[in-house]
Amino acid sequence: MEKSVVFNGKLLPYLLLAPQLAITLIFFYWPASQAIRQSFLQEDAFGLNSEFVGLENYQALFAQPEYYTAIGTTVVFSSLVTVLSLGVALLFATQADKNLKGGSIYKTLMVWPYAVAPAVAGVLWFFIFHPTLGTLARPLRLMGFDWNPMLNGTHAMILVVMAAVWKQVAYNFLFFLAGLQAIPRSVIEAGAIDGAGPLRRFWTIIFPLLSPTTFFLLVVNIVYVFFETFGIIDAVTSGGPAGSTTTMVYKVFADGRLGGDLGGSAAQSVVLMVIVIALTAIQFRYVERKVQY
Amino acid sequence: MSVRQFAAAAALAATFGFAVSPAHAVTEIQWWHAMTGGNNDIVNKLAEDFNASQSDYKVVATFKGSYPDTMNAGIAAFRAGTSPHILQVFEVGTATMMSAKGAIKPVYQLMKDAGEPFDPKAYLPAITGYYSTSKGDMLSFPFNSSSMVMWINKDELKKAGIAEIPKTWPEVFDAAKKLKAAGHETCGFSNAWATWAHIEQFSAWHNVPIGTKANGLDGFDTVLEFNTPLAVKHLQNLIDLQKDKTYDYSGRGNQSESRFGTGECAIFLTSSGYYASAKSTAKFDFTSAPMPYYPDVQGAPQNSIIGGASLWVMGGKTADEYKGVAKFFTFLSDTNRQAKLHQESGYLPITKAAYEKTKADGFYEKNPTLQTPLKELTNKEPTENSRGLRFGNMVQMRDVWAEEIEAALAGKKSAKEALDAAVARGNAMLRTFEKTAK
Repeated sequence: MEKSVVFNGKLLPYLLLAPQLAITLIFFYWPASQAIRQSFLQEDAFGLNSEFVGLENYQALFAQPEYYTAIGTTVVFSSLVTVLSLGVALLFATQADKNLKGGSIYKTLMVWPYAVAPAVAGVLWFFIFHPTLGTLARPLRLMGFDWNPMLNGTHAMILVVMAAVWKQVAYNFLFFLAGLQAIPRSVIEAGAIDGAGPLRRFWTIIFPLLSPTTFFLLVVNIVYVFFETFGIIDAVTSGGPAGSTTTMVYKVFADGRLGGDLGGSAAQSVVLMVIVIALTAIQFRYVERKVQY
Repeated sequence: MSVRQFAAAAALAATFGFAVSPAHAVTEIQWWHAMTGGNNDIVNKLAEDFNASQSDYKVVATFKGSYPDTMNAGIAAFRAGTSPHILQVFEVGTATMMSAKGAIKPVYQLMKDAGEPFDPKAYLPAITGYYSTSKGDMLSFPFNSSSMVMWINKDELKKAGIAEIPKTWPEVFDAAKKLKAAGHETCGFSNAWATWAHIEQFSAWHNVPIGTKANGLDGFDTVLEFNTPLAVKHLQNLIDLQKDKTYDYSGRGNQSESRFGTGECAIFLTSSGYYASAKSTAKFDFTSAPMPYYPDVQGAPQNSIIGGASLWVMGGKTADEYKGVAKFFTFLSDTNRQAKLHQESGYLPITKAAYEKTKADGFYEKNPTLQTPLKELTNKEPTENSRGLRFGNMVQMRDVWAEEIEAALAGKKSAKEALDAAVARGNAMLRTFEKTAK
């Protein structure tokens, strides 16, 4: 006799889905709809006067040359941070995956930075590389290298990229390590027996088997650089010098929170949201095809 | 008192028609502020002393983070209907606060309604001008005010063979070159608060406008106009000197003030509120001097403008709560209390009486550095250009101005291009603000 379980209830599936749906509605759809609504309004900081202005906020936004600069900065910043934080984490994870003495201490230490709040991470890097206060900046300057993130845009960019990467490497490391440890030893050993060197084993066996993890991390990291890095930028450079580290999300933060221009800031976050949705869609459409589950 | 006893007492009170002793109904006054370190202690002590001085009201002081954080917390709380009674707002937030009619209760109105003795003339005009309407109605209560001064490392100046503290900008440039030759290779002179030093204070000190309508004090339809030949000349001088670090930029805020304390920069412009830090870190003989000026500008130096913060009273509270706030302000205005506050914190005295008392006590002879900002503020009767400034979106506008100064110092833009852009971008922000502030 065959036993099969059939759920007849119409309500139960919805009930089981409800908590997840509620969270998505409350924490994503509702704020997103508010942002869209706000982007058509012009309002003072206190919310005392608000006026429907149609697309004016968007027009004003796209008339600003600084906004295009911010888009360019975002492209540079997000590519550097994503590539570096994934690359460095993968390198560390492959090393940690080896049988090391004291490996667990090493792994624990690697994960620590993730527990640090972005703003704290920012302040940390600020104090290490501040041109005159910085513990590492002073030796740099004494050696004759004119390290000056306060006026040199490239130096400032290097600094925020380092801070943002440092913060994210821990998270990526965790996933990569888990991914690596899930790969059956026998497959790798078989490759070794067939005479494949470590590099060849990595690129033909390990990396393809890691591709679901890599893809997941790619999406997560892009969301991270686009939405979560403003705290670091604010603490390290405040978007300066001369706007050279003002990314799109930092501009949203600066215009909205610091400037009280809620309409303009909302318009920017809508644009940002559209870009990230498009990026994610592209990733799932094209990049995911290369992923082997 | 057990529940039953309480119920009985309440029933009794209800029966005979009197409340459960109104004298014990303490009204709480919430005070959100941004004071850290020693100043935080001072704020808590003030609240404690006030609470001990009477039994009807209780001031609860809460630290809410940096100036912008505190202001944003206040605004967010107002939107949520949970604003504090008193909110400390730094001077650049003034326009935002005063445009929020209904969200705030003007201080002159508060004092009048509460029947507290209040004479706006008792306060230093250089300070109250900032927080008053053009009619002279005081909107917020001055609390901690400062001004910008030039800090001088006397030992290093002596070593470099500079006999006198420079008074004018050309003299400062000259001194900086000598200091550089004498070993200060990374910094001849510098400053904190880039826009405060080179746009806001610079304009007031030279009696030139930053914007129309008395720098925005007379209306929000103000237009920026600080891209004058004088400002271009000054920025050009800084650009030229930045090339070999005779001048070295130190950022938008005050994170780099320690360049003075460590001895790296022997001439450094920053807030007079830096006094306490300088005193605790500097291992050399230092003093403060008035900000430099260009001697070929007629009427310079004029008077400086203030920085720091004031206390805003939020709207929508009960008459009893407002009475408590008014009493607290009267308490703060007390001459002895103000004089002590000034001498301990390094912030300016807000009343004339407190200043006179400090002077009469001979305090300034021992601490001349604390008198410099007062001398600057009262150097001349304030003009339209030096009464203060009140621009909407000022917090963000400062960043925009600083961006342009940075672009100029980094050699990406000429002095003229940078200042023109700073004015144009600032004006766009003012127009946005004007639309929402009605």
